[in-house]
Amino acid sequence: MEKMSRVTTALGGSALTGRTMHCHLDAPANAISVCRDAAQVVVAGRSIFKIYAIEDEQFVEKLNLRVGRKPSLNLSCADVVWHQMDENLLATAATNGVVVTWNLGRPSRNKQDQLFTEHKRTVNKVCFHPTEAHVLLSGSQDGFMKCFDLRRKDSVSTFSGQSESVRDVQFSIRDYFTFASTFENGNVQLWDIRRPDRCERMFTAHNGPVFCCDWHPEDRGWLATGGRDKMVKVWDMTTHRAKEVHCVQTIASVARVKWRPECRHHLATCSMMVDHNIYVWDVRRPFVPAAMFEEHRDVTTGIAWRHPHDPSFLLSGSKDSTLCQHLFRDASQPVERANPEGLCYGLFGDLAFAAKESLVATESGRKPYAGDRRHPIFFKRKLDPAEPFVGLASSALSVFEIEPGSGSMSWFVDTAERYALAGRPLAELCDHNAKVARELGRNQVAQTWTMLRIIYCSPGLASATSLNHSVGKGSSCGVPLMNSFNLKDMAPGLGSETRLDRSKGDTRSDTVLLDSSATLITNEDNEETEGSDVPADYLLGDVEGEEEELYLLDPEHAHPEEPEYVLPQEAFPLRHEIVDTPPGPEHLQDKADSPHVSGSEADAASLAPVDSSFSLISIPHALYDTRLPPDFFSALVCDMLRFYAEQGDVQMAVSVLIVLGERVRKDIDEQTQVGDWDEVGRASLPPPAPSALRGSPTACPPPGLCLPPLLAPPGALVRVLHRPAAALLPLERVQPGGQAQHQPRHQLPQPGVHHSARQLQPLQAAHEQPRLGLRPVPPLRQHVRRLPPRGQGSVRVVPGLQSRRPLAAHHEVAGGQLPLPRGLRPPVRVLLTRRRWARGGRGRAWAANKGSRSRSLRPLVPRRSLVPRMGL
Amino acid sequence: MAEGENEVRWDGLCSRDSTTRETALENIKQTILRKTEYLRSVKETPLRPSDGLSNAVSLDGLNKLLAHLLMLSKRCPFKDVREKSEFILKSVQELGIRIPRPLGHGPSRFIPEKEILQVGSEDAQMHTVFADSFAALGRLDNITLVMVFHPQYLESFLKTQHYLLQMDGPLPLHYRHYIGIMAAARHQCSYLVNLHVNDFLHVGGDPKWLNGLENAPQKLQNLGELNKVLAHRPWLITKEHIEGLLKAEEHSWSLAELVHAVVLLTHYHSLASFTFGCGISPEIHCDGGHTFRPPSVSNYCICDITNGNHSVDETQVNSAGNVSVSDSFFEVEALMEKMRQLQECRDEEEASQEEMASRFEIEKRESMFVFSSDDEEVTPARDVSRHFEDTSYGYKDFSRHGMHVPTFRVQDYCWEDHGYSLVNRLYPDVGQLIDEKFHIAYNLTYNTMAMHKDVDTSMLRRAIWNYIHCMFGIRYDDYDYGEINQLLDRSFKVYIKTVVCTPEKVTKRMYDSFWRQFKHSEKVHVNLLLIEARMQAELLYALRAITRYMT
Repeated sequence: MEKMSRVTTALGGSALTGRTMHCHLDAPANAISVCRDAAQVVVAGRSIFKIYAIEDEQFVEKLNLRVGRKPSLNLSCADVVWHQMDENLLATAATNGVVVTWNLGRPSRNKQDQLFTEHKRTVNKVCFHPTEAHVLLSGSQDGFMKCFDLRRKDSVSTFSGQSESVRDVQFSIRDYFTFASTFENGNVQLWDIRRPDRCERMFTAHNGPVFCCDWHPEDRGWLATGGRDKMVKVWDMTTHRAKEVHCVQTIASVARVKWRPECRHHLATCSMMVDHNIYVWDVRRPFVPAAMFEEHRDVTTGIAWRHPHDPSFLLSGSKDSTLCQHLFRDASQPVERANPEGLCYGLFGDLAFAAKESLVATESGRKPYAGDRRHPIFFKRKLDPAEPFVGLASSALSVFEIEPGSGSMSWFVDTAERYALAGRPLAELCDHNAKVARELGRNQVAQTWTMLRIIYCSPGLASATSLNHSVGKGSSCGVPLMNSFNLKDMAPGLGSETRLDRSKGDTRSDTVLLDSSATLITNEDNEETEGSDVPADYLLGDVEGEEEELYLLDPEHAHPEEPEYVLPQEAFPLRHEIVDTPPGPEHLQDKADSPHVSGSEADAASLAPVDSSFSLISIPHALYDTRLPPDFFSALVCDMLRFYAEQGDVQMAVSVLIVLGERVRKDIDEQTQVGDWDEVGRASLPPPAPSALRGSPTACPPPGLCLPPLLAPPGALVRVLHRPAAALLPLERVQPGGQAQHQPRHQLPQPGVHHSARQLQPLQAAHEQPRLGLRPVPPLRQHVRRLPPRGQGSVRVVPGLQSRRPLAAHHEVAGGQLPLPRGLRPPVRVLLTRRRWARGGRGRAWAANKGSRSRSLRPLVPRRSLVPRMGL
Repeated sequence: MAEGENEVRWDGLCSRDSTTRETALENIKQTILRKTEYLRSVKETPLRPSDGLSNAVSLDGLNKLLAHLLMLSKRCPFKDVREKSEFILKSVQELGIRIPRPLGHGPSRFIPEKEILQVGSEDAQMHTVFADSFAALGRLDNITLVMVFHPQYLESFLKTQHYLLQMDGPLPLHYRHYIGIMAAARHQCSYLVNLHVNDFLHVGGDPKWLNGLENAPQKLQNLGELNKVLAHRPWLITKEHIEGLLKAEEHSWSLAELVHAVVLLTHYHSLASFTFGCGISPEIHCDGGHTFRPPSVSNYCICDITNGNHSVDETQVNSAGNVSVSDSFFEVEALMEKMRQLQECRDEEEASQEEMASRFEIEKRESMFVFSSDDEEVTPARDVSRHFEDTSYGYKDFSRHGMHVPTFRVQDYCWEDHGYSLVNRLYPDVGQLIDEKFHIAYNLTYNTMAMHKDVDTSMLRRAIWNYIHCMFGIRYDDYDYGEINQLLDRSFKVYIKTVVCTPEKVTKRMYDSFWRQFKHSEKVHVNLLLIEARMQAELLYALRAITRYMT
């Protein structure tokens, strides 16, 4: 019999029609309820109680149930319900505690039928039995629930919740005798209507009041509850203990919850405070609403699905005094606006990356997660073909793990423990620290210390013997300065100073790195990482697209027959004039202000355009016959300090500052010393990966002691060109950290630049090319080993430019990098500064960002004639 | 003498570690004795003209320290500190320096000291609460000692207050104390003003602000209007008030800050009610809490700057409390009889709708005329009034001045459903804390009434609560306001009305003349209901305005 009634109310072939529409009410609504014919809706509030007919185009007021002149609190409705079997029967709950029933079949104007004044406090909810014509249930603020038989004048039974106010009561749809009640203290109770003495079951569902509940229309045991704690929970009541099967976190307290017909996992919610929207959730996807209706301008107080078997029509009433019909097809779907990618660093540097399936589908070599944490983990969402929102929930999650030990910071502590910062002569301090750094595998730092020693300690004092530890095999040259450089140690710095420029390249992003054999591997036609064992070549030229011209300054090329090193003709104007436009501080300033300051870009920016004639001046100068005064380098040293600070290695910067003490103090203002580096080191670090990391909880350094970037281990000269403009936003553009440490399995080759020792470049230029010619860059196996396998990141090796020539005669300066003391005109050698831009795609976007500057960058090749040939 | 070494640091005493406290006490002792010695030597040497001033200044400084020590010797929850402080005072006295003694009769002027829990005799659980409070504020104030009649509430109260003043929140610490000062000053509550002036300076507030609201930043000045309306006529708050605060260009408040400020304002308005309602004495270490005069000089000192206006009433204590025992016994019996009747006959004669509505209106209207006979205007003391403007603005009844105020229907906007969500959204966790506090205050019961036990007092408590809300125009649809008239007699209504609306006018006579047979703890209980109901009423109006602004 009950079944039958349901069936007859089903759609039965004639689908509902209508559109999204609303009508204005005279007063705010508190609740709505739908007639079983799906063609009428009743709206009740403090001063409104009307029935509207739902027509195709509009709501039409059909009946006003507030009759009589005197306003009565009996008509101030907190809730209203329409019987689902009897079209003439309604019940309201009044704020003064009265329960009223209404019979629309009454011939008189006043349809009020019965009045139950048993509750002492406001009645929050009334509910008809789904199949029993005369049974009504009420729940009140006074903590009692009452069951009324409409054929009698008084309640049949009273249920005492023993726990504060009742906020909602709902008969189970399937269990004839069962109803659920929710309470202000967070409890949910299950009652058998025949047993008023005690509840069958009680559990705490929410923290704070449970405002509403709704039984699942099909699933026998499922009860959805909504609370002030902003949660919607779905409970499985069939088990021995109520089990929470789903939980949806909304943004405001949940005032009403209603399961969506015909959609097993969908429910609609609205809030009574702050948030005016109605949401439809798929409980399996609790973070993004499946649909959202935004019509109301004040809180929604009542929602009802128009028909128990039609999922597309939702009715709602609101405090803004409107009644709305929402059509599902007109709902906005927040999912569509959601960013389908997510990226997150773990506590220890692991990287999780979720993206739409389609984005990663082309990748090969993925393995499903099999419990092995060494491999990226993939989760793939199974799609339910029955779901109305197909395809939205399809994503893949990858987890990149840091290799054990690679992120280790032990060197940081070791360094701190072993450095000597005072109490000994400067030279000793520098040597000691260099030694410490070297032993910890931080070659670049070690080299810096060595250079500092050379700069600030007179050459005479620094005897070759005292520098034993840093003297390489090949440095037997008589010039003391040279002796102190062991090129083996030099490698990282040199590598970083070498830039490739490529105005035409392939679309793959390119990575330059030092390889064991100091070989330049050009990125030829998408070939990656090839031939790392190719015999050493020396790059001093450009790789200009297909031309692939290499200017090598090795002895074979530099033969005496070519007195002048002729610059290759280029299609665009040559530039660079250092002598005429000594780079002043304002240049540096400009760079610093640039939104995309990276090492390489800053270099480019400093190349001021000049006339088309190539100008490269190199004048042997008596001034440098002996030695440059330490003052000459102070700007460089400052740059160097700033570089370390920027890299996050404030430890190094501060150590140097302390060791040098007064020697540089005057060049670095107090603010820079204290605040700037903190800031630079901690927060405003431009490169993507390190800054991302630094933002993570582990890497939050104490003020003044910034942790070095985990992803850019010291000395790792992995340079990924085309640093993305934004650090973290679109995922495809984010380099997931140093490739040297992560082992990406399916990641697209990403552009990105790690900061390198760009500021050191001039220093090295000035001091580390004691002899004419180039030397192979010594191996850096520890870095190479960590690189991703071939084909998974374009890793190539570029040796540093190492021309060997007497320091006395020449001084090489990278394009405009070296801020010279005013009035001083050193002879200039231009170190080749090259960069390589990837073509197309992201690289192009980046290049466009930079304007034409990068395009017009020219290789500057030293003129043979000006370079006295020596050695080798 | 270098100034640095004379700085006395009290924070060590707040530690739970007894050795830390001992060290701190030892340091304090050394400093004080050094100062004392110095003063003595200055005194003995012939006066040099230049020294006169500095001598006076340092004597003043020493006296402050001694007063603080006196407070510690009486009010520190740690026994060792109490004993040692007393010992230090004694040694100072032996050196010939006059030491202070506490004034008055314990924490409250209304409640005999012997009724109030003595520090040191609390049980373990209370000791924890005391220690927490002492650790947070460096003192155990008189309010705490009076509230301790109701430990369950006290715990929640202290937790909330601690969160509002010292934990995470959108407002800087000195703003919080300054807002507390502003709020307390509206009711000329110099007790709270003094306490928070100290705290304000302690957290680094600018002393210049204390010269008056006009010296505070514009942003705080803007809050003055809200403070005024909220304290006296909260039903007048509109969303325009809120908008004015939120859109004041560089002086704008953020929503979160505003909610924080509103909670603080309402908290201190009601706390001022409690202070006056229970006759809280000045703190021992504050002005008026102690004297350096020996007892013989004046055995009763009306050094009562807190409630300067009712010193006359103090002398009338006996005459007011002189009612015969049988009379007051009858009072309680009558009240209980009424409650019984109401309980029984409630269902029988159902009042008509019109009747119910008019009962609320009658109660509302009558509440306006409930005023004590000595209802004269008081000019507030200058030092307190400088913290607010427009001293003439006070509580005004709804229709006495022809104002029509629409009734606020609690069913349309209530704390549990609406206020809570808004506060918790904008100032997380505080909604929860206040909710708990309301809850405890509303439901607190010991099922006793005077000498009777096992009485369901919920009807009486509800009547008190709803009567207060009724005075603010807040109506419960499901309440029969006729009950109020049955249960609350006139003297009680006078007291309630005065405490809630014009607390500065509360006198001991009012306190004594209602519910004469009831215990002091029950009267404090009533006060808790009063202050929480008042706070909720103010909050409802303020939050409704904010909600309307946001909608």
